[in-house]
Amino acid sequence: MSNTSLTQAIPKLLKAVPRSRNFEAVLLFWVSGIQAFALAQVQLAVLQKLSWDLLFYWAVPTIGAIFVHWVLRKRAVSADGLILPLAFLINGLGIAMIYRLDLAEASRGGTALFAERQVWLTLVAMIGAAAIVRFVPNHIKLRRYPFIAGIAGLLLLILPALPVIGQTRNGATLWIALGDLSFQPGEIAKILLAVFFAGYLVSRKDSLSEIGSRVMGMKIPRAKDLGPILVIWFASIGVLVLQRDLGTSILYFGLFLVLIYTATGRAFYVGAGVIMMITGALVASRMFDYVSRRFDAWLDPFAAENYNAAGGSYQLAQALFGFANGDVIGTGLGGGFPQLIPLAESDFILAALGEELGLAGVFAILSMFLLLIYRGLRIANSHPDDFSRLLATGLSFVVGLQVFVVAGGVMGLLPLTGLTTPFLAAGGSSLLANWAIVALLLVISDSSLRRPA
Amino acid sequence: MNRQVRRVGLVLVLMFLSLFVMASSIQVLRSDALYQDSRNVRASYETYKTQRGPILVGGVPVVESIPYNDAYRFLRNYESVIYSPIMGYFSLFNGSSGLERSMNSYLSGQSSAQFFEQINALLDGKPVIGAAVELTIDPAIQRAAWDALGNRKGAVVAIEPSTGRILAMVSKPTFDANKLAGHLYEPANEAFLASTEDENQPLINRAIEGDLYHPGSVFKLVVAAAALESGRYTVASSFPNPKSYLLPGTATEIQNSGDKTCGPGDTVTLQVALIRSCNIPFAELAVALGQDRIRAQAALMGFGADLSIPMKVTPSIYPEKMDEAQTALTGFGQFDVRVTPLQMAMISAAIANQGVMMQPQIVRMVVASNLNVLLDPQPKVLSAPMSRLTAGYLTRMMVDAVEIGVAKRAGIPGFAVAGKTGTAQNGDLDPYTLWFTGFAPAADPKVAVAVVVEDGGGIGQNGTGNQIAAPIARAVMEAVLNR
Repeated sequence: MSNTSLTQAIPKLLKAVPRSRNFEAVLLFWVSGIQAFALAQVQLAVLQKLSWDLLFYWAVPTIGAIFVHWVLRKRAVSADGLILPLAFLINGLGIAMIYRLDLAEASRGGTALFAERQVWLTLVAMIGAAAIVRFVPNHIKLRRYPFIAGIAGLLLLILPALPVIGQTRNGATLWIALGDLSFQPGEIAKILLAVFFAGYLVSRKDSLSEIGSRVMGMKIPRAKDLGPILVIWFASIGVLVLQRDLGTSILYFGLFLVLIYTATGRAFYVGAGVIMMITGALVASRMFDYVSRRFDAWLDPFAAENYNAAGGSYQLAQALFGFANGDVIGTGLGGGFPQLIPLAESDFILAALGEELGLAGVFAILSMFLLLIYRGLRIANSHPDDFSRLLATGLSFVVGLQVFVVAGGVMGLLPLTGLTTPFLAAGGSSLLANWAIVALLLVISDSSLRRPA
Repeated sequence: MNRQVRRVGLVLVLMFLSLFVMASSIQVLRSDALYQDSRNVRASYETYKTQRGPILVGGVPVVESIPYNDAYRFLRNYESVIYSPIMGYFSLFNGSSGLERSMNSYLSGQSSAQFFEQINALLDGKPVIGAAVELTIDPAIQRAAWDALGNRKGAVVAIEPSTGRILAMVSKPTFDANKLAGHLYEPANEAFLASTEDENQPLINRAIEGDLYHPGSVFKLVVAAAALESGRYTVASSFPNPKSYLLPGTATEIQNSGDKTCGPGDTVTLQVALIRSCNIPFAELAVALGQDRIRAQAALMGFGADLSIPMKVTPSIYPEKMDEAQTALTGFGQFDVRVTPLQMAMISAAIANQGVMMQPQIVRMVVASNLNVLLDPQPKVLSAPMSRLTAGYLTRMMVDAVEIGVAKRAGIPGFAVAGKTGTAQNGDLDPYTLWFTGFAPAADPKVAVAVVVEDGGGIGQNGTGNQIAAPIARAVMEAVLNR
């Protein structure tokens, strides 16, 4: 065999294998098995016996994943074959950890239980994903309504700042509540804004990239073409002020910068944008107490004045204690004390997983995210249509950036924010939104083969 | 557009790489330190699962976890209160201290040296058993030091000069760790609160931590060493010998103890000044040497440096940026010079060990439950703060101080004992802090000691180091010589 045929064979293999639905089915089988083992380990470690409850936590998500798989077979037969198993695996690990925290909570008589709800929400989110695959066979139509998506996205962002329905938790105004139901509209907004940015930029990319004068080898755009980036910057600062959350603000602005760069190929936008964001964050840390407190807590979480302050670094310190207890191999599921970490089932679930699965588990989980993002960017790379490329890039990046900001936050690499960990954290809005992203990526990947432009 | 997408991918890979690095740093590099943070209650909770290792003195466990019929399954039992300052406490509700804290990773079976045991435990589902920690403490010497200090407040440290091994470490008043280690929240927490609110601070190991002490005249050893090491002075160097000395730049006069000159004559030698422990010659000497030279000598002896034995030792202090009057006061260990008893014992041990200071250590060995030796600390040189010659001169003068000078009560018939007393002032009306440090036998030192007694030993400003501290030191040294 010659060298040429070998180098040609590898991309072919990569391309061919993951698109097969049978390959996906085999992976789903394995992932489902892993989850059964994880749940069994939790029960054996905490309860010292297996109980029938296991079937519920195991079967419902598995049925949901099989349903999505079935719809893909019917409707998007050439969609990427790794994305669904990866999302299912990460989601299932989250459920196992939340269930484990529930058992700890129940054993000390607590009533703040999340696992059962999370299982049902996972099923709903998976059905939602299947519905997107079923009813949005042609995502390119989304391109027609960028401004509707944009306005809807902004409205969702503003909702939590409204009186009555808006809610502040942990200092961040990211929730709306209607009776017992609460929702984080920003999670859905990120999809709408990705659609908006992609649709808007695909129509404006030529004027944004071609015109302008050259200074020191870098093309400087005309002043009027700086308009969009300024508008988005002001909007991000607005989000920061209204919602008191640096993470959300960075997420949307980062999404926009990446898409304008991808559309135009101009590093200038990234450079200018990063400087604007840093300036904004620094000014905000001076002007707003809550931002500067977060910065203090981040810079020295173990200083007594930060540790003991209300809204200080207590949570972060507890998360770091958890990570540290995990060491390299972890305590094993059910073997650590993740229940000591505040909000271990949601904001700090990575610390809980880090304690029980160790550095090895953290690496594995981050690698799963990275692989998921890689598949998304591959879809972008191989798609013939520019809007689809931008959308796939935006959706993949937004997941990646969110994981980075959240994981960086709980590890003390970045200041803590109110963002949720995709697929892992307890919470419906996050699950719905991230499964919707999975569905859109699947639809886009399917269309790149079926609808060559 | 593909080039841009690839670059976006690269940026994401870099972001995740930074997360990998951060996770490794927390979970590997910093994990032990984070685990030992007193605000991390995981170590206490581990008792649910782990039989915590014992701490042994002279081959006999003095702290151990005994099977107990409740949810925690084991109760921490402290054999004798005389070891409390060393062992510290291990509370389910209020963190830990002492060796219980600094050796926690071994005692709880979580140290990286026990990695394979942990893997085994993970596989067969049985809990790891903590490792046993054997100390360098000699029970007979510890008992002698405890008894000799009696009901007084203070501390005693005894070190083997040639190895740095700590033979005894006593601090009074102390606490009953059993009360803090109880499994019932209310009594355990109340005992803890009572101890923290007690003005005598029984939870503090006075030998190595707390507010530290003014050394008074025992600090003259440091100043004398600085003088001899400078090459500008010998033991025969002489100083003006007035009855009263005006501190430079002030209107304050100081006197020698007893308001007399330092022996007859217009001048006095360094040798006589040290043997008689006169303040004025040392004030003159300190000014002539300058604070920088004294500070450098003190630093060589360990002042200002972090030290773990493995309990954390509070660094002793020689003040910065003083004027001449203040420098003069430091010549006899007053002003803001502050030391731990361990620091003074280390200085005596270095003099005894011909100028070589050994790293003080209290752990002789750590043995895992499968009898693997996890830690076997060897004697280690910490520094060489003075030449052999200087050490020899200081030894000679210290022997004379005990035989013909002001430290007579440390003398042991049949042995040459080297020693230096101190009677430090704390304020015009406050009781004195009484000191003795020294070693024996002078020719072949087996033990170096430091004794500090607070509150003037209960007799205000009437006691002296010779009267109160020296006999305590003698009892400890005798225990070593008789063993």
